Amino acid sequence: MATVAGTLAQPTHTGVWSWITTVDHKRIGVLYGVSGFSFFLWGGLLALLMRTQLAVPNGTVIESDRFSQLFTMHALTMIFLAIMPMGAGFFNYMIPLMIGARDVAFPRLNALSYWTFLGGASILSLSFFFEAPGGGWFNYAPLSERPYSDGSGIDFYVVGLLTLGLSSLMAALNFAVTIINLRAPGMTMMRMPVFVWMTFVISVLLILALPPLTVGLIQLLFDRQFGTHFFIATEGGDPLLWQHIFWVFGHPEVYILILPAMGIVSEVLPTFSRKPLFGYPAVVFSGIAIAVLSWVVWSHHMFTTGMGSVPRAVFAVNTMIIGVPTGIKVFNWLATLYGGSIRFTTAMYFAVAFIATFTIGGISGVMHASPPVDSQHQDTYFVVAHLHYVLFGGAIMGIFAGIYYWFPKMTGRFLSEALGRWHFWLLFIGMNMTFFPMHFLGIAGMPRRIYTYDDGLDWGFWNMFATIGSYVIAVSLLIFLVNFFRSVRQEPTAEANPWNAPTLEWGTSSPPPEHDFDAIYTVRARDPLWYDRDHGIAPPEVTGEHIHMPPPSYYPILIAIGITLLGVGALSHLAVSALGGVIAYYGVWGWALEPTD
Amino acid sequence: MYDAAPFAAAAPRRLTVGVADGTGTGGWDWRASVAARVGTVAGAWEGTGVRARVAAPRRTPGRPRIRALRRGLVPLALVVLAVALLGCDAPMSTSEIEGSWNKEVWKPYWVIIWLAGIVFVAIMAATIVLSLMYRERPGREARQIHGNTKFEVVWTIIPVVIVLVMMVPTLDSLFKLDEEPPADALKVEVIGHQWWFEFRYPELDIVTANELHIPEGRVVDYALRSVDVIHSFWVPQLAGKVDMVPGRDNRMAFSALNARPEPYLGQCVEFCGTSHANMRFRVFVHTAEDFERWAREQAAPRVSSVSRTAEEAFLAAPCLGCHTVRGTNAAGIAGPNLTHVGSRTTIGSGMLENTPAELRRWIANSSAVKPGSKMPPMAQSAGGTLTDEQIDVIIGYLQSLK
Amino acid sequence: MAHAPAVAHGGGHTTSTGTENRKLLMWIFLGSECLFFGSLIATYLVFKHQVIERGIGPFPVDVTIDGVSHHGILDIPLTSTSTFVLLMSSVTMVLAVYGAQHARMKMMKLGLLATMVLGLTFLGFQVYEFRTFGHEGLNLTTNLFGATFFVLTGFHGTHVGVGVLYLGSMLAASFRRNGLGRDTGAHVEIAGLYWHFVDIVWIVIFTVLYLIP
Repeated sequence: MATVAGTLAQPTHTGVWSWITTVDHKRIGVLYGVSGFSFFLWGGLLALLMRTQLAVPNGTVIESDRFSQLFTMHALTMIFLAIMPMGAGFFNYMIPLMIGARDVAFPRLNALSYWTFLGGASILSLSFFFEAPGGGWFNYAPLSERPYSDGSGIDFYVVGLLTLGLSSLMAALNFAVTIINLRAPGMTMMRMPVFVWMTFVISVLLILALPPLTVGLIQLLFDRQFGTHFFIATEGGDPLLWQHIFWVFGHPEVYILILPAMGIVSEVLPTFSRKPLFGYPAVVFSGIAIAVLSWVVWSHHMFTTGMGSVPRAVFAVNTMIIGVPTGIKVFNWLATLYGGSIRFTTAMYFAVAFIATFTIGGISGVMHASPPVDSQHQDTYFVVAHLHYVLFGGAIMGIFAGIYYWFPKMTGRFLSEALGRWHFWLLFIGMNMTFFPMHFLGIAGMPRRIYTYDDGLDWGFWNMFATIGSYVIAVSLLIFLVNFFRSVRQEPTAEANPWNAPTLEWGTSSPPPEHDFDAIYTVRARDPLWYDRDHGIAPPEVTGEHIHMPPPSYYPILIAIGITLLGVGALSHLAVSALGGVIAYYGVWGWALEPTD
Repeated sequence: MYDAAPFAAAAPRRLTVGVADGTGTGGWDWRASVAARVGTVAGAWEGTGVRARVAAPRRTPGRPRIRALRRGLVPLALVVLAVALLGCDAPMSTSEIEGSWNKEVWKPYWVIIWLAGIVFVAIMAATIVLSLMYRERPGREARQIHGNTKFEVVWTIIPVVIVLVMMVPTLDSLFKLDEEPPADALKVEVIGHQWWFEFRYPELDIVTANELHIPEGRVVDYALRSVDVIHSFWVPQLAGKVDMVPGRDNRMAFSALNARPEPYLGQCVEFCGTSHANMRFRVFVHTAEDFERWAREQAAPRVSSVSRTAEEAFLAAPCLGCHTVRGTNAAGIAGPNLTHVGSRTTIGSGMLENTPAELRRWIANSSAVKPGSKMPPMAQSAGGTLTDEQIDVIIGYLQSLK
Repeated sequence: MAHAPAVAHGGGHTTSTGTENRKLLMWIFLGSECLFFGSLIATYLVFKHQVIERGIGPFPVDVTIDGVSHHGILDIPLTSTSTFVLLMSSVTMVLAVYGAQHARMKMMKLGLLATMVLGLTFLGFQVYEFRTFGHEGLNLTTNLFGATFFVLTGFHGTHVGVGVLYLGSMLAASFRRNGLGRDTGAHVEIAGLYWHFVDIVWIVIFTVLYLIP
């Protein structure tokens, strides 16, 4: 990994130690991206096992409890360890470049976020060696409580998510401040690239959505470890309280996963259509509207729990309204294609496919916004199809568009377009083969989260079809890996702006120097590089002044180790927690006194 | 039997046509396979005398239409047709309207499916057409348009209108589903256990498990409860689902439209632990007279014709700790009530047929059949206390409890 | 620090909004904390009436269930005193910030010390209250009043404790040769933001738990 990552960032420092102590946003972005992609492959492997079990009725590949662990860990891995960090990889690498800054507001905090993420991810993933959580990613009480889940699985879930939540909170705070405060001269909020806007929006969502989750996890932890009864009905608690808390977090979380992809697509489409994004303000404000609305729709996950008619009606209406800003976005993306001179690179293929596949997920989402319809959709494969069209057809397609688009910027090298086509078409066909039939299965009455189903229910055919599709996805990912490793070994040939793109990250060399920009741009328009090109404005002059960059620091990883040990202690012995606390405090002390000049 | 390999090579479009034609003429094995399967399904249902199940005109378009589509090369539409044929005939299909609740569901559902279909086709077409039309070509310059307020207004209004059109039938049917049931509704309590369903008829003094019997056309007022974790009560062809949440009294009311000898299939649909996938149940819909007869039989204590020695053997075994047989001192409540277990068609919450051989498997070691089953193994060979002979006697006893 | 703009370490001086990065960070973080305490308080409110309906004491306030009257466990005079102590700590915190921003190091150090002492006094009250409740039979597992009360006030107490540690570390560092360095004013001001926030949260908790019947 170190060699691949080394090629990616063209560091002036080399070696493992330089990576451990780095505070460079580009290297941290690479760390996030490589870790996130590795977890993506791991989560995909878990999915393949499940699809193999479900290929035929009464499958015998995986037994019941293991299957529960697989679907729980598949969801947790994909959501928290793959899509979020891959998104974070792009924020880290691209946001400072796109706003014309030399780093994020808090470089060491950035490193701390990454190492804490790695700690939390390790806790969650290593649970397979003990007992993996098997209560679903939504982990409904009281199934998650001691009387029904006595093993350590749920504790791994609680501690892992608390740690990951802390990491996400730190990253979100950092990016909110960075975007508010470190924009280049002239870059007003309404000149920021849409990807920057979406990052800002999800930072705010994270900052506000993580605390309720933290509280829910703490209450569950207290129920399990200290005998409280927050969610135990027989002792006066309320299992639905957990559902409310979880979905108050969970629904904004869905947008946290999809908005970065929407941002990426809003960068890729204009670049390769060779025209500005259509209706920039509409795209930005509909993104904000989606984020605001995400706070008033959570109960649509609970339509079948016996809520009254009026609350269901209110949440149904709110949920349908989300279709409006989403529709506006789709129309504006399509209008961006209109009148363009579209260059179909692999990145563009993914971006255009994103519009189509995400729209399918959006449509099915609005379908079960209707509570009567949802009473037939809820907890069936129809919902599985829906969420995968949003998260695979949406988030993953967007992320691949981003990978192909920004790869030359990050490495100075191009991914092969020929292999890229193979990758794209196999992935596109594979994902539609896998997930489209799940709509049919849902309508045919197949419940989610079942490890087996009987013959004679007419579910066999489409399940086999979906399983074959999942293997096609796997083949496409192998092609991508070949493409990736072949490319990083080539000589760097990419110039600063190979795609002739409009945003500032293309205004510095590929890959960028450690200090990002030799001279800071002054931004005069929304698409600064195109504006400068069309108005004959030369890039800013290099004055040769001293550029100060923050020195590397090992305190972030030290504090992260402390935080991780705090969590591990909660799973093993309190002495470990105490040790973790001491290490973390020592790290903070050293951090505060460390010179940054 | 299910044969996976031939399906693997199936292309959706040809498959659909093959099914639609129903002939499976020549060529691929899978066509014959699918056609045969459709035929089997149809035959099976004809045998049961179920009304117009396969050949409902709404779902089976005429042949000329199919031919037009085949010529028209609209593969997506064909995939949708494939659903109509492969999905709708499934025994747990949500699109089979057999209950008053599901009938209400499909009022907004049809509106929404049409709207979804239109949006789907429009967006897909726009994506493909725009991508092809504006590919880069020599001499083509991209038009530098930044936006257009008129367009923005138009495509804000379009989704608003779509959403409004969805809302009206949605809210209408939502409030109808929540209406108070009539006073003469049959009251049934459904109680979720890990991993089986208990059904109680408080007015009729009946307690049974995993097989619900209801009269045709009469509204049933269900009280949904759980003794452990959250479960969900779902009979797709009759109604949508409502969760069974510990500490709560959820209600739902609906009637089954048609009596038929085949049971409707139900399943727990909220993840509830190890054997969630095996938590199934059946719903038998009878005519009013048949239901009366069934209720009379079930309300009685255990049949008097049982062998007394067999009953003594049963009562001497550990069974009575968890099971009730009314009229004896077996009064356990952790497991299903066995007073009339012989009259049920299945055991193990719908997993096994109620035959002596399957009962033996179940009693000997239930968790080998159903992972996580709370019933401990009974056979000595599996670590229990009963000899094979003792189990034989108990099986005979249980089978006699009609 | 005369060189290039957008130099992005902790004390970056040129910012788009003019608000210092770390201060902005603290403000946004406190926004997040609002939702943290909001969720805990909401949980308390959800279960408040349920505890009395269920009838398993001890209860927060005087109640009569089935003709038997139960004495409320909350001691309002005692907690009013500790609330006053915490309010006073905000005053001393203001003095510390004033001292830090006007290079009056002695005033700053005394202010920090006084704030810490008052914070620790508040924690002492809390420990006393928890112990008293324990003797009267209320703990985490007794009923949901116990669970919500201890978790909510306990997490507030933890925040006060972290604040004391924060101020204590700052006080200790201020005795180094060059004290808290160039940004002393900003450092102490940001710590002050945190401290005032914890104080305000307590006012809300005190109102919701103790004053509203």
